[in-house]
Amino acid sequence: MSRKGADIVIETLKEEKVDVIFGLPGGAIMEVYDALYRDGSIKHILARHEQGAGHMAEGYAKATGKVGVAMTTSGPGATNIVTPIADAYMDSVPLVVITGQVPTHMIGNDAFQEVDIVGITRPITKHNFLVRDIEELPLVIRKAFYIASTGRPGPVLVDIPKDITQQLSDVKIPSMDEVKRSLPGYKPHVEGNTQQIKKAAKLIMSARRPVLYVGGGAVNAEAQEELVELAELMKIPVTTTTQGKGAFPENHPLALRMLGMHGTYYANMAVYNSDLLIAVGARFDDRVTGKIDEFAPDARIIHIDIDPASISKNIIVDVPIVGDVKIVLRKLINELKRKGAKIEHPEDREKWIEQIEKWKKLHPLTYRNSRKVIKPQYVIEQIYEATNGDAIIVPGVGQHQMWAAMFYKYSYPRQFLNSGGLGTMGFGLPAGIGAKVGRPDKEVFVIDGDGSFVMTMQEIITAVQYRIPVKVAIINNAYLGMVRQWQELFYDKRYSEVDLSLQPDFVKLAEAMGAVGFRAEKPKEVREILEEAMKIDDRPVVLDFVVDREENVLPMVPPGKSYKDMILEDGKGAEAETMYLVG
Amino acid sequence: MADTVGGADITVAKAPKFRQTKKGHVRKHVINVKVRNEIGVLARIATLIAGKGYNIESLSVGETHEPGISRMTIEVVGDDIVIDQVVKQLRKLIDTLKVRDITDVPHVERELVLVKVHTPTSRARDEVLRIVEIFRGKIIDVSPETYTIEVTGDEDKIDAMLELLKPFGIKEMARTGKVAMKRELFLEEGNTE
Repeated sequence: MSRKGADIVIETLKEEKVDVIFGLPGGAIMEVYDALYRDGSIKHILARHEQGAGHMAEGYAKATGKVGVAMTTSGPGATNIVTPIADAYMDSVPLVVITGQVPTHMIGNDAFQEVDIVGITRPITKHNFLVRDIEELPLVIRKAFYIASTGRPGPVLVDIPKDITQQLSDVKIPSMDEVKRSLPGYKPHVEGNTQQIKKAAKLIMSARRPVLYVGGGAVNAEAQEELVELAELMKIPVTTTTQGKGAFPENHPLALRMLGMHGTYYANMAVYNSDLLIAVGARFDDRVTGKIDEFAPDARIIHIDIDPASISKNIIVDVPIVGDVKIVLRKLINELKRKGAKIEHPEDREKWIEQIEKWKKLHPLTYRNSRKVIKPQYVIEQIYEATNGDAIIVPGVGQHQMWAAMFYKYSYPRQFLNSGGLGTMGFGLPAGIGAKVGRPDKEVFVIDGDGSFVMTMQEIITAVQYRIPVKVAIINNAYLGMVRQWQELFYDKRYSEVDLSLQPDFVKLAEAMGAVGFRAEKPKEVREILEEAMKIDDRPVVLDFVVDREENVLPMVPPGKSYKDMILEDGKGAEAETMYLVG
Repeated sequence: MADTVGGADITVAKAPKFRQTKKGHVRKHVINVKVRNEIGVLARIATLIAGKGYNIESLSVGETHEPGISRMTIEVVGDDIVIDQVVKQLRKLIDTLKVRDITDVPHVERELVLVKVHTPTSRARDEVLRIVEIFRGKIIDVSPETYTIEVTGDEDKIDAMLELLKPFGIKEMARTGKVAMKRELFLEEGNTE
């Protein structure tokens, strides 16, 4: 049956079981929006800025594991969504971004609202396409979904010139087989080399001080069951990155929680002193390793990752295993069981676990609470209580993000959705909206900073329009807090351009946009407004927590330094303390 | 020996060896890439290599006997470890079918050069002609003042001939860039595909 290119787009999206699109229309994409309107079966969330649409699609994808779909027009519409695309690329988020383009005959002529978005996004997409022929349109879209969602997931952009959306064609929607056949150079499914898995099993059995270091790859592969089984079987403590949070429950006795720059003392000590580090779907980011020459100096390293290019990129590993994390872990467990799952040095292993318990007691995650001012950490703890630890937490980027990572305990995968790799301020609110759209059954709490929030705050209107009841807790210290912290610690308190004390009244702002606003200025009000907020389920709630302005995120490994240089206290009311360890 | 680690006792078996981020040897690499002849594939490959801060020394692309499949030979100077990373990332590209660093694999390589030499006198013409013969080149264009020479060969041969022609005055030169193919009779051990 002959139909317009725009109808083919919608038809193909339905074939891919897309139930929601986040976007904002404009000239070059109008045909597709017309087809969307006429079809009527796919929900569309109209963001107020394309960046918002992109982060919403990311939040949706991160919360559900499905492909997030965003749609914008050409030119500025396309460039506005570049940041979310880069963000999705860094954090391996499956995203399909459809952009309108000027008509084929005008491409390259500096036409109105023309940019070469395929060229711009080439280094920040897993792949991208410019559709040149209506006959290939459905195949390209299906390829985009296949590439985005398989292997190491990532964003794929499809740029469609307006004339292609207007032409008529009776082209069929290709089958999955045809899609795979059209991509002979793309083989995303890898099961892991058996010899390497045997080697890894041997190392694990003979290790005295092993640690599992788990990243987002374990979440993407849905390997939480295997992880818990492996950790329990071989008594291995587990630390997770921000992307890996929840892949191993943080209330498990073997959990070390987060490692790295703002990791727990005990996670960093364990990694530093380990003799075997098993990296699972993690990529040795500099925020994790600190000074790379002194990262886990005594450890042999097993690295399981689906992306061969991630292996031995930042750090040379002893046993690389390229493969799907879930499949490889299952095979590894089977191999260990076949060998009797023997811990060859049980006494050393006992001592190791004991040592870690000592470290946990020595420096637990803590802060000095106050009766006069609200401490940001206290707010996070209260949110934890108010939500029974079951909410999906979506932070922006900055101090509040780290406090949210530290003082809320995560028990299931896809519970902590943050911009880890790119560190995009403004991520929180729109990603939280996307997450709530994908998981309406869960309470979604955006924990934002006052700096982050204002970058994308217009999306409150979107949440009001579609009655998306996200909760937004602003940890308001009237600073660009993380930058201020670095200036305090490394620039002799020269607070260059970080003061945000001139700010809108967030309560009135929320009300002006049709949301509900509350403010807490005293510790006792924290719980009160949280309880009020929990009663509202038909629109977004903005909670303005006016917190201690100069609270620091600690512990901290200073940038470019080693774990042994970890700062545990900042001297505010306590002795400054720096850790020196072996070596 | 027992040592105090992070405020508690732990047995440290040996003094920690600090993990070295390996630095490789910097040299010229020859990389063969088989690609699907899609729009933008050259840009993708160039972007990737440029993104590592490396300059492409030479690049040649052409179709192969298989329809829709092209082959590239890329020459790039870089650190062994980083080039290994580049190769892995090139393999990740959707449109690449096969990527191989053949620097250490026995291979044949050829380049074609066109060079226009200043030959105003009959003596110069005689000498240049002799050099061209020795190097099995061809003179493909003649003017009263110049010879245009075509020669193919590996890097050493071409460099040697250019060195000999230089004193006459090279007016113009164009090189195709290297094409390379691994030798069939040398079966390498333990190659990484």
